[in-house]
Amino acid sequence: MAHLFDFEKPIVEMIQKISDLQKFSEEKGIDLSQQIATLEKKVASLKTEIYGSLEPWQKVQIARHPERPNFYDYAPLLFEDFIELKGDRLFADDRSVAGGIALFHGTVVTVIAQVKGKGTKENIKRNFGMPHPEGYRKAVRLMDQAEKFGRPILTFIDTPGAACDLAAEERGQGEAIARCLQAMAGYHVPVISTVIGEGGSGGALALGVGNVILMLENSFYSVIAPESCASILWKDTTKAKEAAAALKFTAQDLLRLGVADEIVREPQGGAHNNLHQTAEELSQVIAKYLVRLREETPEALREKRYQKLRAIGVFEEAATINLEKGLD
Amino acid sequence: MFKDIFRKTKYVTIQAAPIQKRSPSEDGQQKPLIIKKKELPDGLWVKCPKCGEVLFTKNLDENARVCTACEYHFRITARARLGLLVDENSFEEWDAEMLTQDPMEFPGYPDKLVVAQEKSGLLEGVLTGQAKIEGVPVVLAFNEGNFMMGSMGSVVGEKIVRAIERAIELRLPVVIFSTSGGARMQEGILSLYQMAKTSAALGRLAEHHLLYISVLTDPTFGGVTASYASLGDIQIAEPNALIGFTGPRVIKQTMKQELPKGAQTAEFNQEHGLIDLIVGRVQMRSALARLLRYHQEGAKYGASV
Repeated sequence: MAHLFDFEKPIVEMIQKISDLQKFSEEKGIDLSQQIATLEKKVASLKTEIYGSLEPWQKVQIARHPERPNFYDYAPLLFEDFIELKGDRLFADDRSVAGGIALFHGTVVTVIAQVKGKGTKENIKRNFGMPHPEGYRKAVRLMDQAEKFGRPILTFIDTPGAACDLAAEERGQGEAIARCLQAMAGYHVPVISTVIGEGGSGGALALGVGNVILMLENSFYSVIAPESCASILWKDTTKAKEAAAALKFTAQDLLRLGVADEIVREPQGGAHNNLHQTAEELSQVIAKYLVRLREETPEALREKRYQKLRAIGVFEEAATINLEKGLD
Repeated sequence: MFKDIFRKTKYVTIQAAPIQKRSPSEDGQQKPLIIKKKELPDGLWVKCPKCGEVLFTKNLDENARVCTACEYHFRITARARLGLLVDENSFEEWDAEMLTQDPMEFPGYPDKLVVAQEKSGLLEGVLTGQAKIEGVPVVLAFNEGNFMMGSMGSVVGEKIVRAIERAIELRLPVVIFSTSGGARMQEGILSLYQMAKTSAALGRLAEHHLLYISVLTDPTFGGVTASYASLGDIQIAEPNALIGFTGPRVIKQTMKQELPKGAQTAEFNQEHGLIDLIVGRVQMRSALARLLRYHQEGAKYGASV
């Protein structure tokens, strides 16, 4: 465990204790198996306790874990084949967005994913997973092809947010995201969006207009980064923990709010602890929804996606209600 | 202070200017619209933040709150904008009674809403409805900058979508004036998805071959720039309005990047291919009327308009 979180320390300390006892028992020839078994049970229950009740901020840390699997880790496990296609035909190829044609459970699909790098060098290449307008325009180009050829679309969301530099402004970041949203809403093919790590604001949403929205257990999907929220609310970026709780952006929150359709289980402690297991879970859940969506007619797919969006929002029409009551 | 005074004047009447067919280059010489106000706040003056000229509020209001010396566009309220734009008594407001809830139980949100309602005189951050501009019927929406920076939460998104859907039913064009800091943080993911919702509705409008004009005013940022404000068939901006995705302060802080002078202005955006037209507030009504007329149904190729 190279990257350790504070909340994991009690577990690690206990594991250390067990290995110390084992060593001691071997060296001195004393049978401590009973004590070790008790401690091992304790570790298991401690893990259940700690990982089973992670606070929003702890989930943010797991979602941003430097070893958290990215799209390129999952791709060979999810797809029988993947042909990456590049470029927006207008400006450049954005390496924080991957796209292409893949074979998923025998079905040809179009795949679009945001990709963070592993380590500094790759992260610079991928702009830390923050797409520029050309990334979103590449996504629309490839998704338009999916519509043309009747292929389902699978998107994978993992970004701290859209690129926020001058270059992004000059090339129309807002327009690029808006076009992505509008394009996705209009397709007649199944669209499944899965948040696999960070779902940062509009830059994440751009790939989030799915018939089905799935979230990995420790992912989050937020209107604003918790640090920025804390800076606005309390003028203090160190209060990100409080902001994380206030924003209600965990997979569990979004399921409750009716935005997410299902949570995809992660191995204990997070996806980085078992890539294959996570990929298997992802594969099963996505396949389940794809089978369902493929039974729908093209028109129904589009209409239901629109109605899903249409239903998001909480408000009241108090004045009307009062007026009607008054008239009775 | 002046904003408050201006706000109290809930409506202004406009003498509709006769339809003038002028080339855009002559627009600058066009006389300002004559605005008669119900009540005039007198004895008050304001200093132009751009050129420093001291202006009488009365003169400023009569010039659509555009500096008479340097054409600096002061920020104005949604209702003031409405008054400057539409034919007298032609506006029918929609969904005025919609109220925001606090679905996230976000710290301090209910109090902020009350302050915003008092400051803006509106229940929420957007004014929508149907009106006529130089006789042409149109569906309109105006963000209210005084309502939590014109931010988009559930109600703003829903009102805009309802307006667009009604425009489809009525077969009318849509003009949206945006002024916004972006998606409203206090409603979390629900605010974020209003971006998708409004963009999807505009997609439907487009499929029905109906015109959408987006007018960007100072300031328009974040989730509003990244949704309905950028999807116009025709993109108009007010002169000098700041328009962008990421706010200048955030770019400076996070990217340690100094923005060049004039970055993110309407003119910068036009230079980078993101804006069709820059139209002064005084000329806005006639400019919109011309565009709307040229897109009216039945306005066939070669027919006189």
